Amino acid sequence: MEKVECIVVGGGLAGLVAAYGLAREGVEVMVLERGNYAGAKNVTGGRLYMRPLRRIYPELWDDMPFERPVARELITMLGDGAATTVELASERLSGPSPQSYTIQRAKLDQWLADKATAAGAMVVTDMKADELLRDGERVIGVRAGGDEVGAEVTIIAEGVLGLLSGGAGLREQPRAADHAVGFKEIIELPPGVIEDRWRLNEGEGAAQLFMGDVTRGMTGGGFLYTNRASIALGVVVSMEQMRTRSDELESWELLDAFKEAAQIKPLVRGGELAEYSAHAVFEGGIDKLPRSYGAGYLLAGEAAGFALNALVTVRGMDLAIASGWAAARAALAARAAGDSSAAALAVYERFLRETFVMRAMEAGRGVPRAIENRRLFSEYPGAVARLLEGFFAVDDESSATLVRTSLRGARREFLKIDTLKDLWSLRKV
Amino acid sequence: MSEQPGKVDAKLGANVFKLDQEPHIVIDTETCRTVCTRRVCLQVCPADLYETNDQGDMTVNWEGCLECGTCLICCDEKALRWEYPRGGFGVQYRMS
Ligand SMILES: Cc1cc2nc3c(=O)[nH]c(=O)nc-3n(C[C@H](O)[C@H](O)[C@H](O)COP(=O)(O)OP(=O)(O)OC[C@H]3O[C@@H](n4cnc5c(N)ncnc54)[C@H](O)[C@@H]3O)c2cc1C
Repeated sequence: MEKVECIVVGGGLAGLVAAYGLAREGVEVMVLERGNYAGAKNVTGGRLYMRPLRRIYPELWDDMPFERPVARELITMLGDGAATTVELASERLSGPSPQSYTIQRAKLDQWLADKATAAGAMVVTDMKADELLRDGERVIGVRAGGDEVGAEVTIIAEGVLGLLSGGAGLREQPRAADHAVGFKEIIELPPGVIEDRWRLNEGEGAAQLFMGDVTRGMTGGGFLYTNRASIALGVVVSMEQMRTRSDELESWELLDAFKEAAQIKPLVRGGELAEYSAHAVFEGGIDKLPRSYGAGYLLAGEAAGFALNALVTVRGMDLAIASGWAAARAALAARAAGDSSAAALAVYERFLRETFVMRAMEAGRGVPRAIENRRLFSEYPGAVARLLEGFFAVDDESSATLVRTSLRGARREFLKIDTLKDLWSLRKV
Repeated sequence: MSEQPGKVDAKLGANVFKLDQEPHIVIDTETCRTVCTRRVCLQVCPADLYETNDQGDMTVNWEGCLECGTCLICCDEKALRWEYPRGGFGVQYRMS
């Protein structure tokens, strides 16, 4: 059997960063990627939170291919035929060191693959790993394309479904209750139109998140990210709630209805559909994480459950990158010690804790339960709109003062014990 | 609902697919017919690939698969043999 020091399964963000981190230290590392090129199979919403990453391989990010730095954040609640938007444009969002960038995976992943290759990694595309090779408990390599390749450490960065690791019993098979499905359209629009529509300075971008009617009361929401010359418009919805509906609604109809809503239509007007994609997202939270290491292997990125679904934003790319970094560190430590047993690779957990990965997962602990609450996605968006409509209303019986009308509306809509309970559960989000 | 055939097909038409000879999704139609009562695959697939044919059997137009795995995760009866397409085949995202 041919042998290399490390195999990485999956040339996504976690896998490629791990490979880069190993190759730059002179480790012989081979990445197996089933896509025709890195990123060919990968879907994200579109926004990479950059600030937590700058300390990870600082030399890496200077020429990262991004679409736009996000300078304007919008949250829109859709309900009861109305849209209420909260909007923030701030120097602190963009400025010299932007908080987040919109990105496209085909570009970002190929760029990272080039970095890993330049550092000395071997990135093999068109190559699906079919099976993990075992010697008792120990993972000793993979079978791919009819060949077997052995490795001292195998880093499994295969993404959310975990077909290989689940198949080998290293983690559970994915359950609907812990996952959402996201699907999106890339809609091309000229850069100038995007800047006018979202009131952006040249080159800047916007992120707009939607909750309420988009998901018909199910946990999830809509998102819109501006790329340079296109927008990504999509929906994320709980698999469990989707599959247990009593009506015949089909998932894809949510996105079509969203696009057709009176408040959304003008945002996509004149755009050309360029791509339609779908992907699962893990939202089980820290309590559902599998053990991330064992004899001869490490799990990195979303294969290890590192992703957070906080109300309407999904965060996984920065966690994938940071866990790839930690996996490289752990494999390097094992190599230095000449020991890749489970006990030796347990340092991975320490490296994960040193990054923000575990802190972020910990901070999101209460989220899965809080967002199961359907009131958030059905009642409240409409209630907020009704409250504001009361505020803006001018009719023959509005003798009461603005303040009084609003207070009365607020009492009616929100002064309920459930609302207080919901607020309490949301403090974590 | 599915009375608008082609709505998702039009979207899939914007994508690049590299088709293999062999399907990467195989349905155990016997299980679907005899055990499954809900057929959630019809509802959950974002590409609307599942259908019931004239004989009442489940079919899947695997060629348009977006490889999200939702059907696999949601199937009540574990009636799918679902794997990723062979290396290099299947959907090829360029902008997602
Ligand atoms: C709709 C949606 C919106 C999202 N929005 C955001 C967002 O705005 N911001 C954010 O930070 N996160 C977001 N996320 C989450 C984020 O995209 C993921 O958490 C992240 O991409 C996970 O990275 P990864 O490297 O672990 O896995 P992936 O990116 O999935 O990479 C896994 C790689 O492994 C390869 N692979 C799998 N199996 C095999 C095999 N057997 N052999 C060879 N190769 C294999 C795949 O082809 C792929 O390249 C979103 C997710 C979705 C679905």
